[in-house]
Amino acid sequence: MTVLEQERIQTQSTSKTFRVIGRRVPRPDGVDKVTGRAQYGADVKLSGMLYGKVLRSPHAHARIVSIDTREAEALPGVKAVITGKDFKPAEDRVERSGEGVVNYSYLSQNVMAQDKVLYHGHAVAAVAATNPHIAEEALARIKVEYEVLPPVLDVLEAMREDAPILLPNLRTRELGEPVSDRPTNIASHEQYARGDVERGFAEADVIVEREFRTSTVHQGYIEPQNATALWNADGFITVWTSTQAAWDERRELSEILHVPISNIRVIPMEIGGGFGGKLNVYLEPLAALLSLKAGHRPVKMWMQRDEVLKATGPTSASVIRVKVGARRDGVITAAQAWLAYEAGAFPGSPVGAGMGVIFAPYRLENLLIDGYDVVVNKPAAKPYRAPGGTNAAFASETVVDELAEKLGMDPIAFRRINAAKEGDRRADGPVYGRIGYIETLDAIANHPHYRSPLPAPSAPWCRVGRGVASGFWFNWDGKSSASAIVNPDGTVSYLEGSTDIGGTRASLAMQLAETLGIDYTDVRPMVGDTQTVGYNDATGGSRTTYGSGIAAYHLGKAIIRAMKERAARLWDVPAEDVDVDGDTYCYGERCITFKALCAKLEETGGPLSVSVSVDTHGAIPALATHVVDVEVDIETGKVSILRYTAAQDVGRAIHPDYVEGQIHGGVAQGIGWALNEEYVYDADGHLLNASLLDYRMPTALDLPMIETVLVEVPNPNHPFGVKGVGEVPIVPPAAAIANAIYRAIGVRMTTLPMKPSAILKALGTIP
Amino acid sequence: MQAFEYVAPRSLDEATHVLAHVGAEARCLGGGTDLIAQMREGRRSARVVVDIKRIPELDALKFDPIHGLTLGAAVPCSRIHSHGAVAAAFPGLIDAVSLIGGIAIQNRASLGGNICTASPAGDSLPALLVHNAHVLLASAQGTRRLPLSAFFVGPGKTVLRPDELVVQIELPAPPAGFGAAYLRFTPRNEMDIAVVGVGAAVVLENGLITQARVALGAVAPTPILVPEAAEALVGKAPSPEVFADAAAAAQRAAQPITDMRGTAEQRRHLVGVLTWRALQRAVERARVSQLPQPTAQ
Repeated sequence: MTVLEQERIQTQSTSKTFRVIGRRVPRPDGVDKVTGRAQYGADVKLSGMLYGKVLRSPHAHARIVSIDTREAEALPGVKAVITGKDFKPAEDRVERSGEGVVNYSYLSQNVMAQDKVLYHGHAVAAVAATNPHIAEEALARIKVEYEVLPPVLDVLEAMREDAPILLPNLRTRELGEPVSDRPTNIASHEQYARGDVERGFAEADVIVEREFRTSTVHQGYIEPQNATALWNADGFITVWTSTQAAWDERRELSEILHVPISNIRVIPMEIGGGFGGKLNVYLEPLAALLSLKAGHRPVKMWMQRDEVLKATGPTSASVIRVKVGARRDGVITAAQAWLAYEAGAFPGSPVGAGMGVIFAPYRLENLLIDGYDVVVNKPAAKPYRAPGGTNAAFASETVVDELAEKLGMDPIAFRRINAAKEGDRRADGPVYGRIGYIETLDAIANHPHYRSPLPAPSAPWCRVGRGVASGFWFNWDGKSSASAIVNPDGTVSYLEGSTDIGGTRASLAMQLAETLGIDYTDVRPMVGDTQTVGYNDATGGSRTTYGSGIAAYHLGKAIIRAMKERAARLWDVPAEDVDVDGDTYCYGERCITFKALCAKLEETGGPLSVSVSVDTHGAIPALATHVVDVEVDIETGKVSILRYTAAQDVGRAIHPDYVEGQIHGGVAQGIGWALNEEYVYDADGHLLNASLLDYRMPTALDLPMIETVLVEVPNPNHPFGVKGVGEVPIVPPAAAIANAIYRAIGVRMTTLPMKPSAILKALGTIP
Repeated sequence: MQAFEYVAPRSLDEATHVLAHVGAEARCLGGGTDLIAQMREGRRSARVVVDIKRIPELDALKFDPIHGLTLGAAVPCSRIHSHGAVAAAFPGLIDAVSLIGGIAIQNRASLGGNICTASPAGDSLPALLVHNAHVLLASAQGTRRLPLSAFFVGPGKTVLRPDELVVQIELPAPPAGFGAAYLRFTPRNEMDIAVVGVGAAVVLENGLITQARVALGAVAPTPILVPEAAEALVGKAPSPEVFADAAAAAQRAAQPITDMRGTAEQRRHLVGVLTWRALQRAVERARVSQLPQPTAQ
C-alpha cells in the first residue's frame, strides 16, 4: 500500500506549541470497534423484548381508504399493531432541529402516514411480535385499500400550476409570509439580492449562463436506522437508538407522542454513520407506541437496506440556473442564480443552504439569488453533509471554470482575483471572519499535483483531464454541555454529549487534556445521554470539535479553578494567589502537580466533579479547493479518478488523522455523487434501485488515494483555533470532476450523475 | 422469511431421491450467495433446502490436459481461479470467476449456482459458452448431458426439471493456439451487475483464426452465442477490421432492453466495444499460448 505524504501548511500564528493538540493519538473507542465489542443499536437486548416491523406503501402517491389490521392482530405472537390512527396530530409548528428546522406535524406524518401516502416506502402500519418473522408475517396480513393518485417526481413538474398537489394545506411563503391562497407544491421562495445585476452584466466582457440538474442521492450510512423503546408502566420512555441528535430526538418524541421531555430518555448508541441522515426520528416513536400498546414490553426495530433507501434521507434533486459575468481583467461583475430543490414529501429542502453556498467563495458587488423549496413524491429530504452545497457548487464552479477558460486565465488565478477574504460580506448577510480561502488556492497552485503534467492515457480510447473547484460551508457552533469527575489517581472521567461520529471523543478529550496540561491518556471520555449530561445540540453542522471543544475548554478551566481552591486549602493560602502553569499549581516556592493534588482530594474537601454548559458563537466558515485528474474511456463513457488532492482551511487540526479522514470521506462521497449515485424511479414513482447493489456508491476500487493539504488558518474565536472540517470536503468534488471531464473530452457535463451513459450521450455516441 | 427444512445429502442418490420426493418446493443450496439473499427478500421460497456441498461429485474439481476440466456444481470460484493449471488453460473462465463478487463471495459462490440462477447477466455464462461447456444433469431416473447453450430458456429459467440437479460442468481441453477472454462493463469497478458481458475465444493456427466463439451476456433473455460473429473471424488473420466485423455481427445479434442498469442503445453500443476488446485480448492470449512454454522441472 502506498502511504502518501500528507501535507500541513501552518500560518505564523499557529507556531504556538501544544502538549497534546496536533498529535495523532489512538482513539479511545478503537479497541472496542476493531474487536466488535462496541455497542450499537443492533446489540440492544432486553428481557421480554419484542420485534417490530413496518408496513410501507407500494405507491408513490395515494389516499388511504382503509386499513384492516384484524388478521394481523389475530396471528399468534403478535402483541401490537399501530397505524396512523394511533398518532394524535402533532403541532404544526416549526423549530430549529439538528442542522435545519423541523415542523412536528410533518415529522409525525412522515414517521407514519395519516390519510395520504406521499412516497414509495411511506410507513402505513407497524407490528410488534415475539420474533421478527412473525412480525413480517403479520405485515402480509394487513389489508390496506388505496386510492392511487398521480405522482409528481420532478421539481419543475411539481412547480407547474396544474401539478398534482401533495399537501392540500400548503401555501407558498416568501420571506416567511404566505403570498397566495392557492394550493401549491412550492413551499417557499427566498431571495438574496445585492447591487444591480443588470448593470453588472452590462459591464461584463464575458457572460456564461447554464442550467444544471442533480439527482436524488442518499447519505449511504452503513448502519441502518434502528431503535429499541420501552414505554414503562410508570409513564417513562427510554429509547436506545442510532442518532446524531439525542436531545432533538427527545424533543421530537415529546411532540409526536405528547409526553413531556422529562419523561423521555434518549440513549445514543455507537453510530455506524449518519452524515446528517440521523438527525430526526423515524422508528423511535413507532417503537415507543408499540411498546405502550404491547403492555409496556420493550420493542426493537431496525430497517432493512431497502427501507433505508426508500424511507430515510435522501438529499434533494435540484435544477439550478447560473449566470455569471466577468471583465477581461478577470473581475466578476455580476452573479445570478435560480435554484429549485426537491424537498421530498414535506417542505424542508436545503435550498437555503444552497443559496448561501453557491457564490460564497467570491467577493461580489452585484448578485441575485432565488431559491425554491418544492415538495415531490419522494422521501422527505434530510440533511446530507453540507446539505445543498454539492448541488450548488456543481453549478457555480462549472460556470466559474468556463469563465476562466473564456478569459484565457488559469482557473486558480481567476478564482484568486475574485476570492473572498476577511471583511467581505456573504450573499446571505454575515461578514466573513478570518477565512483561509486564498490560502487553499495557493496551496493547490503550489502543490506537486497541480504543477505536474497529466499522465498519459492508459489506452488509445482514453482521454485525460484535470479540473479544479472550490467550496464553502457555513459551519455551526451551538450549545454544548459536559461533566467531569476528577479521580484520586490523577485521571479525569469526562462525560460529553456529542455523538461520536468522526472521532470527537478523541478530539474533545485532547482539548480537555491540553487545557488541564495533563496527558491525553489521563482523560477518559465517554458519551452520555439525555439523562446523564446537560443539553447538547446535534453532532452536525461541523460543530462538535468547535462547540463541544469550547465546552471541554471551559470544563477544563472550571476544574483548574476548583483545583486551585484545593491547593489553597492544602497550604492554607488564598486561592487567587495560587498560580497555574500547565499541570503545576504553585504558591510562591510551594508547587504541586495536578496528579499529586488529585491524591489530596480527600483531605482538601472530598470528591470533585464539575459540569458546564455553554452557548457558543464564533464559528468561521470552511473553504476548500480541490484538484482532480480523470481518465475518460470515450468508448464506454466510464470516468476513472486518477489522482485527487484536497486543500482545506481547517483552522487548527486537533487530531490530524481525523481531519484527513473527514476530507477523505467527504471526497469519496462527492465522487460517488458526481459519477454514479442516483435514485432511479419508474413513471409511477416506484424506487427501482433500493439496494446497495444498484444504488452505486463507490467502493475502495473506484477511489484513488486521496491526498490532503491541511491549511491551518486559526479561528481567533476558539481557544485552540478550531474551524469545522467535516462538511466542506463534499462540496467541490462534483464540480472539480465535471471540469476535469471537460478538459479531457471537451464537453461540459451539466447533469449529475456523470454516469457512463450520460458521457456517451454528451459525446453523441448514443442517442 | 418462512420456516423451511434443511437437508444435506451425502450422495447423489440421496440428493436425487429428496428432489424426486419434494419436487418443485425444493431448492438446491450451493454457496447460497443468490438463494439466501432471495429467500430473505421474499423473492423465492422453499419448503426444503437441499445443501449439495457434501456430495462428492459436486465438490470435485478434476483437470487433465487431454480430457479437460470437470467442475463439480458446488465448487467455489476461488478454488477455480487459484488452480494454476486451470487458470492457464481457461483464461476466459478465469476472467469471469475472478470478478464475481468480492473475495468472501468467491469463497462461496459456485458456477452451478450461477448457471441455475440463469441471470442473463451472469458473469460466468458467456465465458463458459465460449469455452464450449457442457452440463451433466442427474435425477432419480438417470443422467443427461447437454451443451450449456441448450440449458437456458429465459431469465431465471432453464431446462432443469424440478427433480433434477446439475452435477458438473465440463469444459474440453483447449487446443494449441487457444486464447479466450471475458469482459464486462459495469459503472463501478466491482460489486456491480454487468450492463453487458462479452466472452470471446479463438484458436490461432499459422497466423489465421481457425475457430472462434463469441458469447454475449445481459443483451437477451438468456446469454447467447453469436455464430455470425464467429463466421466473421474464421479463416481470417486477426486485425482491428476483422474484430470490427465480428463486433458488428454481435451488435446485430443482441436484443437488449432498457432497464435501470442501462438503456438498449447503450447496451448495443457496448456490445460492439466489448466484443472488439475481448477479441483483441483473446488473440493476445492465443499468441502467448503458442510461445514455447517453460517446462516444469
